[in-house]
Parts: sequence; structure tokens; C-alpha cells
Amino acid sequence: MNSLAARRRHPAAIALLLLLGLLVTGAVYSALAPQRVQAAAAADAGQDAAQGKKLFQANCATCHGLNATGTEDGPSLVGVGAASVDFQMGTGRMPMAAPGVQAPRSDKIKFSNEQIAQIGAYVATLGPGPSVPDSKYTDGTSGDAGRGGEIFRVNCAMCHNAAGAGGALTRGKYAPTLQGVKGKHIYEAMETGPQSMPVFNDSNLDPQAKADVITYLKSMEREGNPGGYKLGGLGPVPEGLFAWTIGLAVMVGAAVWLGQKGA
Amino acid sequence: MSERHTPSPGSGPADEFGRDAVRLDEGHIEGTGGLPDRFENPGLPPHVARKADLDEKAAKRAEKQVVGLFTLSILATLGFIVAYFAFDPRQQVFVPFIGRMSASNLTLGLGMGLSLLGIGLGAVHWAKTLMPDEESVEMRHPMRSEDEAREGVAATFLNGAEASQLTRRPLLKAAAGTALGLFAVPPLLQVAGSLGPLPHDELSHTFWDGEKEGENKYAFTKPRLVRDPENTPIKATDVTIGSVYHVLPAGLLDLEHGVLEEKAKAAVLLIRLNPGDFADNELGRKALDWSHEGIVAYSKICTHVGCPVGLYEQTTHHLLCPCHQSTFDVTQDCKVIFGPAKRALPQLKITVDDEGYLIAEQPFKEAVGPSFWERG
Amino acid sequence: MTTHTSYPQSADALRASDRTARPGATAGQRKLGGVAGWVDDRTGAGKGVGYLMKKVFPDHWSFMLGEVAMYSMIICLLTGVFLTFWFVPSLGHTVYDGSYAPLKGVGMSEAYASTLNISFDIRGGLLIRQIHHWAALMFVVSLSVHMMRVFFTGAFRKPRELNWVIGSVLALLAAVEGFAGYSLPDDLLSGTGIRAMNGFMQSAPVIGSYLTYAVFGGAFPGEAIIPRLYSAHVLLIPAILIGLFTAHIVLVAVQKHTQFPGPGRTNDNVVGYPVMPVYAAKAGGFFFIVFGILALMGALFQINAIWAYGPYDPSPVTAGSQPDWYMWFTDGALRLLPGWLEFETFGFTWSMNIFPGSLLLLPLVYVLLAIYPFVEAWATGDKREHHLLDRPRNNPTRTAIGAAAIAAYTVLALACTNDIIAIKLHMSINDITIALRILLFVLPPIVFWVTKRICLALQAYDRDTVLHGRESGRLVRTAEGRFFEAHEPLDEYTRWKLVQQEIPQPLELESGVDANGVRSPKGKHAALRSRLSNFYYRDRVDAVTPSELEAAHHDGHGHEAIEPHDAPASVGTSAHATEDDMRS
Repeated sequence: MNSLAARRRHPAAIALLLLLGLLVTGAVYSALAPQRVQAAAAADAGQDAAQGKKLFQANCATCHGLNATGTEDGPSLVGVGAASVDFQMGTGRMPMAAPGVQAPRSDKIKFSNEQIAQIGAYVATLGPGPSVPDSKYTDGTSGDAGRGGEIFRVNCAMCHNAAGAGGALTRGKYAPTLQGVKGKHIYEAMETGPQSMPVFNDSNLDPQAKADVITYLKSMEREGNPGGYKLGGLGPVPEGLFAWTIGLAVMVGAAVWLGQKGA
Repeated sequence: MSERHTPSPGSGPADEFGRDAVRLDEGHIEGTGGLPDRFENPGLPPHVARKADLDEKAAKRAEKQVVGLFTLSILATLGFIVAYFAFDPRQQVFVPFIGRMSASNLTLGLGMGLSLLGIGLGAVHWAKTLMPDEESVEMRHPMRSEDEAREGVAATFLNGAEASQLTRRPLLKAAAGTALGLFAVPPLLQVAGSLGPLPHDELSHTFWDGEKEGENKYAFTKPRLVRDPENTPIKATDVTIGSVYHVLPAGLLDLEHGVLEEKAKAAVLLIRLNPGDFADNELGRKALDWSHEGIVAYSKICTHVGCPVGLYEQTTHHLLCPCHQSTFDVTQDCKVIFGPAKRALPQLKITVDDEGYLIAEQPFKEAVGPSFWERG
Repeated sequence: MTTHTSYPQSADALRASDRTARPGATAGQRKLGGVAGWVDDRTGAGKGVGYLMKKVFPDHWSFMLGEVAMYSMIICLLTGVFLTFWFVPSLGHTVYDGSYAPLKGVGMSEAYASTLNISFDIRGGLLIRQIHHWAALMFVVSLSVHMMRVFFTGAFRKPRELNWVIGSVLALLAAVEGFAGYSLPDDLLSGTGIRAMNGFMQSAPVIGSYLTYAVFGGAFPGEAIIPRLYSAHVLLIPAILIGLFTAHIVLVAVQKHTQFPGPGRTNDNVVGYPVMPVYAAKAGGFFFIVFGILALMGALFQINAIWAYGPYDPSPVTAGSQPDWYMWFTDGALRLLPGWLEFETFGFTWSMNIFPGSLLLLPLVYVLLAIYPFVEAWATGDKREHHLLDRPRNNPTRTAIGAAAIAAYTVLALACTNDIIAIKLHMSINDITIALRILLFVLPPIVFWVTKRICLALQAYDRDTVLHGRESGRLVRTAEGRFFEAHEPLDEYTRWKLVQQEIPQPLELESGVDANGVRSPKGKHAALRSRLSNFYYRDRVDAVTPSELEAAHHDGHGHEAIEPHDAPASVGTSAHATEDDMRS
């Protein structure tokens, strides 16, 4: 008798089979999934836009439509500008992994900076919209941190938390954390108002005000957490939970040790 | 109601307070049939000696441990002193899991913590290993005083009342009682009366009403809407759809006194909606009517307990208060659609002046902010 | 054992087997001299000190919870005094010029600027601030757990009702003290808390607007509130706290500590360790341990980063606006109360969506706590002194009431954290709020029922253990080939813990009619009392009696078979063979 056949009822066989199945699926998927189109170094903007159009049609058109005019699954991108593309793709929000109330930020950026710029160039040709900001406003040092803090607290802190730790909106939506987000992306978010966020265009907050806000956020990051581990930076809730769990456990542990009879 | 139920046999000697001592193995009332009704308290179990009680080596080891803990404390204290002078409060240090933190806070805290813990752990370990661990027994006595003592006290008070003639002279009793009853009034009146002024009409009016001329009379001047905190006026054409401006009445930030007090009532949120977004009902039409081409201004002070309602979702046109989650629908004149607030956010009717800047056409028509009794 | 003195004696002296082991007087005892003698010459303090040093305290870890609270409070006092050296309790305006870069040049109050100064420019200032805040949180945490311990073990019963009431007042004051304290820095977060306080004071019927104008010295925020909170935080409330806390401790000493039931422990004695030297070393050492732990928390865990919030201003607000944990339940109630509770009559506004959840609820919770001992004593007709603690399972109804109350409190507290739950668990804040509204009414009865069942089951398990011994884990095969697990009988010391409890009978309802057939005016009273007593003691599992144990030993008609056979019908009637039986 075949020894393999004899062991096919072994519990480990199921696990092995599952593992094998997963491996095969993964291999097939990676072979068949749309390949990233390698971007050739483009000489001028026209070429960029043409390249961007190709990328767009391969990766974005399913939801946003072949001409980027939107479908049921995704909004029109006419007039959103290159800033929007840079923000959405540069923070890993697009392409979206699965439909949901809100596109989550992701550390897995699926496109290179160059490819994002190309798609941005293409989207910018569809209609006038904000462009990617000048780095002099977004490097986090060029503004007045104090003024930026005041602007931030009035305009941003109610959703994003005074420390930029993020906060809840209605029905499962949320304002994401701003900690560790690039200055450029913060600027673009203010300019384009992604998802539930209102727009803070240049007549509302001029570029210098935006630079001040970014400088404030970056200077807070430079300060670190002087007092120690920040417990999520969400204020009294994690602090209270910490006191009730770790704090209480350590105190009770000490009391139990004290009450025990010596060995 | 009759007496409480009969206590079970063997219960505490509720009615036997006279005893001055009790046997450890407190006996129980014997039951019938040879066996007692309840088990008897077997008394303390035999003492079990610790290692350190029997073995001098173990005791020596315990001593060394205690000495080690006290030494740790001494070293930590020295460390604290060194760290105090060595680190500037602003100096940062990188700590794994924590990130960059104040070197001074870390070293001082560790020094202080270990210095204290060394003493504490040392003392307890000492007590546990080397100090006697034979349990002691102390007897309890009923809390109440002996009957004679209680009677004595009662008699003393009665005699005192008699001797002072309090019982014989009712007028004296009444006068003394009344005087004593009233003596707290002057200090209480002082503090209650002087703590703060009366509110008058202040809760019903805001800086938008203009200069106060008398009770409920204000000189309204159609103030411009200015950005908070930049203090710059806002052109209607600058307000694009989907944007939010945090707004104050012009002049408020230039006040010398009372900026925060006025802000706490006058803060306004300015939002532009597509006129087609307003609900097709009475509320939506009123809101559009009080707007300037779809630009609406609403009080930012929550009608619940007064937090600023700042969270605007441009996709749903909902305003959310971060404190208690009252949710207001901007397309329906900011009526409450969720949460603990009852009243809609008051709308400020706006228009533009000759230069195209947004101005208030009239002050708030109702009191802004949290409810209060006289609000009506 | 014929002679007794009121002084503690070595327990061994009381042991029949070991009567001669009593140690003699220590050699080399020195007469009181020096400074101590000088003081005693003038005060006669020696007698009292001598008595105190010989006082016996029972040892149990849960008895230390109150000490954690006491020490945390003392640490708050110590660190608090330090903070007053640099803190400026003023709402006067200033422009920040300290070393924290992100706030340079920002206008703020002197209170906020001085707190920044303590955090960044005073050497060790941040550490003291963080220890102070952590100690405050741990003070209220340990105080609450201490209250739970006292509640669930019935330590609040006569003669300690008064101390329970004092404890309840201390708990309320601790919360108010904490609120006043974290409001002092005048940062955006705590300022929003004061804003909410202003709102709920204003909601009080009739006097609301006058109340706020009095407390704030005029319109909100004004310049009076921080100095006033400061005065309350450092002077008024601490004075009351210390006074009540002293009374609390004196009463513990006078009434002597309760103890858990156990062999040798009776309602008329205390078994434990004398203050000198054991308890002094342990309790004294424990102060250093608690302080040390709090210092490490202050060293490693950042708390209340006020610099991140910015100065208070009524126009901005921050997401995640919560008070410190002991105020969550009222803020949670404010989040759960629906808006339609507000209404108007004759032009006057009744803010029933705010007032009940704040001004009313805050004191109400503590009043309910404080009156509980009197309700239970009345309902159960118990007037005896109790110095032996109840094991929580032996009073299922009380334990269930406590658990249900904790459940309700927890729901309210969680409601206050709904926005943090929403972002951390990716849930809809609206769903969370609605679910908690329902849970507030549904969860406590469920918790009550489940807790009571668990207690009764544990009592039944105790009975089973006494009657049939503890499972030895050893399988024995009978001659007929059946298997059963051998049970080992309990020794008398272990057994005593499981059989010592006295479970009262419920009070019988009287006719409510007196001897002459006239309806007694107290009839209704009596009916209610009887109903309550039944509520407490109707479902009961009695302790095993010696005769029951005897019966279980000799009336064995079967073993605890592993193969199914006639399953025991009810607790306490089935008979399992013990190992003894098998041997015989």
C-alpha cells in the first residue's frame, strides 16, 4: 500500500493541503495580476501625461472610468488636479484595496514617485486643479510654528486631534492621524479636501498659513515625547486604561507578594 | 415588625457582650443526635517554619538579599544626584519602544523609582524572611460602651440641661436655638452674594449684536465676518464649495478685554453648499434664504453643553460635535439628527457689502450655546 | 486556657499542643529614655504608643488596596506641594517665551505658561508633574478597587457602616479633587472640560444661569475659574480629604481590621501580625514600593501632554475630548441621553438631556453607595456586629448587586470613550452609542443573574468538596471493572473555610394585622421588608453540617463513576465515595 495514501487521513495532511493551495494561488495570482508598467524616463510633460494615461487606464480606469469621468464605483477626476493624485496615491490610499466607508492610508505604495507624477500629469490635463505644492512650503521648517499651531487648533484639531493623533467622524468615518505624514501630503490634503475633509484652498488658508501648519506639526514631531511612552497619544482614555490595567496589576502584584508567607 | 429571625447557633455572641474574652476555638451550641449542628472552628493550624527559621544559611542568604536591595537604593539615589546635574531638561535621548524622550525625565525618574523601590522591597523582604512570622491574636470587644457608661453619659447631659435651666426656660431655649441657627448666614451670604454678577441679558446676546446701549438694546452695525485666528475679512467669491471657514465678528479680536468671553458665544462656522444640496423642505428653504448664494453661517457653539461644533464632513454635510457627538444636518438648517443636543444650531443671516465681503445681515435671532432656564 | 488579658498573645500560646513555647521578655530591654522619655514625661504618650505598637493587623493582599489609595494620596500631597512652587494659578494673559519651540510667541494664560515651564524648564519638573498625575489616577483606581473589596466581602456591615459612608464621601471628593486638578493647566483639553462643566451647571433648572455666573465670576470663561479651582484643589478639598481620611484610619484602628474566615479566626479576635516590627516594616516598606512604582510610571509613561493641546480658547476644540477616567461615567451619561429629553414649559427650559446625567448623577452615584449598608441591614434584619468577612460567593445577591452596579457604571464610562473605541476598533460611533444605550438597561440585569448563578454554583461546589473531598486526580478501578476518581477528604483546617458561613433565613411575612385584627400601619413596611429579605436569601445553598458529612461518608451508594450512571439529582444529596470509604 502507498504510504502517502495511508496518511491522507492524518490531521496534518489537511494543513499541508491548505498550505499548498495557498502557495499555488499566490503563484498564479502573481503571474496573472496586472504587471506594474515600468516607466521610462520621460523627457517632457507631454510624454509624462501620455505615459500617465496608459498607467491610468491600466490601474485606475476600472473605478474611475476610461476617461476618468467616474463610474458608480469611483468619482470623476476631472479638475481634481495633480495634487489630489499625489496625495491619494502617495499615501497608499489609491488604488483602494476594497470598497469601504473610507480609503485607509497604507504604507505599501504601489507606484513609484515617477509613475505617480505621470498619472498626476495626465489628470491635470483633464481640467484645471491644484498642482503638487512647492517644497518650500512643505519642508516643515519654513513657517512660523506658533502661528501654525493657532491655525491648526482652530481649523484642524477638532477632527485630527490637537496632537494630530486622529479622531472619529460619524458612521465609521474618521480623520486619520497626521503623525509621520509627509508635509507635502498634508499640504495636498488641505488643498484638495479628500473624502470627508473640507477644502482649505488658498483663499481660506494661504500657502504661508499652510506652511505654518506643517511647520507646527513637524516641530511637534521633532520634540518627541519628553515624558516617555506616549500610550497612543489619545489623551485620558489610554491613560485611564493604563492605570486600570498595568498600574493596578503592578500594585496588586506588590500587595500579593507582601501578603504571602515567606518561604 | 417582630424581632429579627433567630440567629443560627454558633453565630457571633450578639447578646453576650459581657464577656471579656473568648476562646480561640469558639465552641458551638451542641446539636441533637450526638453531632453538633455546625462544625467547630478547629483553631489555628500548626505553625510552619520558614527556611530562614531553620537554616542559618538561608537566613544569611535572606540578609544578603535585603542588604543588596538597600544598596541598590543607595546607588540609585547617587545616580539621581548625578543625573540631576548632568542632564539639561531639554536634552533628548532615544529609548527603544519609547522614541525620543527627555533624558532628564528618564534618568531622574529611574533613579528616584529605584531608590524608593530598593527601600520598600528591602524592608518587606526583611519582614517576610527574618522578622518573626508567628501570628498574634488580639481579642475584640463589642464597639458599644457598657450600659452603665451609656447611662452615665445620658445622665450627665440631662443633668447639664437641668443645671443650665435650659429645660425650665423655653424662651431662652428658643432664642439660643434661633441665634445658633442663623449664625452661618452672614458668611454664607457674603460668599454666595459676591461670587459673581447677575447674568442679566448676557446669555442671550453675542458680539454680533453690536454695542450695548441698555438692557436688551444693542446698536447693530452689520459687522464683517473675519477669519479666526487670522482676523481678515472674507470675500464671498473666495468661499468655494466644500470649504469651511472659522469665523468671528470683525472687531472681536481687537478687544482689549473679554476676547475669550465674546468668542465663547460669537464663534461661527461658514460653509458653502451647492444651493441644490439644501433639503427641499421648510428648514432647507429657510437656511438657503438666510444664506448668501449657498454660503451659510451657523453658530459654532453646541446647543448641548457648549463645545465648538467643528467637525464638518463635506460629503454628507453633517456637523459633528467632538465632545458628545451631537450631529447636525447643514442641509436642514442644522437640525439635530443624532446625539444628546435638542436644538438646531442658530443660523446667522448673512449677505455681502459693497466690496463683496461677507457681513451679518442681522444678529442671531435666538440665544446661542447651551440651554438655560430663562432661555424660553 | 483560663486566663486572658486584653493584650495580644502569641497564637502559639493558645495552641493546646504548644503551650510552653511562649517567649520570655526580651533580654536587654532598655527603659524609655532620651528624647522619647522627655516627650513621655510631658505627654504620657507612652501608653498609647505601646498599645498601638502591639496592635495586630491581619495579612491579606486585598487589605493593602486601601493602603495603595492612602499612599497615592500622600504622594499626591507631596508632589502637589512641589508643583505649587512654580505653578501660577492665573488666567492673566502672557506670551510664551519658554523653550518649547512649537508654542513660541503664542498668547496664553499664565497658568498654561507656568505649566509649560514646569514641564520643560524646571529640572525634574516634568517628572514631578507626571508622578502627581499618575498618583492621582492610581489614587482613584485603588480607592475604587478597595471599595469593591469592602463591598463584596461585606466589610461595610455593622459596626463599620459609618466608615463606609466616610469612604463614599472620600471617593466623591477624590473625583472632584481630580477634576479641579487636571483643569488647572488651562490647556485646550481641560478648558473644554470646564466648558462642559459650565454647560451642565447652566442646565440646572431655575438657578442654572445664576449658578454659572457665580462660579465663573461672570461670563464664561472669565478670569476667576482657575484661581477658584486652585483654591479648591490645594486648600479646601485636601483639608476635607485629610480630615475624613484621618477619621477613616482612626476608625479602622478603633474597630480593628476585619479578617477573612479561617481556622482560628473568629468574630471575636484578630489574627495577624503586630505593628512592631512586622507590620511597621511591611506597611512602611509598602509606601516606598507604591512611591517607587509611581516614580517609574512618571519616568517611562507620558501623561497629559498639555503642550500638545495648546492653550485654551473657546473657539477651537480637539478630537478625543475626554475627562480623566473617574469622570467618564457622567460624561458618558451625557453622550447617551437623547436630545428629546429637553422640553419647555411656560417659556422655561428643562434640560433633561443634560441635568440628570451631570449635576444629578455625579452625587447620586455616591449617595447610592453610601446608603447601601443601611438598605441591606434593614432588608435582612441583621443587627449583629460583623468582623469576619463574607466570601463573595456566600452572599450571592449582594455580590450580584455589586456586579450589576459595576456593569452599569462601566457602560456609562465606556460611552464616554465611544469616539476612541470607534477609531481603534473601526466601528461606527453611532452604532456604538446606540448599542451602549441598550446595554445600559440590558446588561445589569444579565450580569446580576449570571453573577448570582455563578455564586450559587460555587457554593454548591464548596459543598461538594466538603462532602466528597477534593479530586485527587487518581483513577481507581473497582472489582466490577468500573472506574472512578478517588477523592481525598479535606483536613479540618481546609474544611473550616468551606463550612463556617451562616446563611440567614429570609424574613417571614407577618399578617400585617395586629392582635385586635386592626391593620397595622407598618404592614406595608413589613411586606416590603419581607420581599427584600426574600430577594436576598431565598436562593440559598447551606453550609454542610457535620451530620450531612457523616451521612455522605456512610450512606455511600455509589462512586463518582466516570461512566455515566444515575446522575446525582441535586446538590448535596448525591453521595460520592471518598478514599477513606474505599479503604474501609
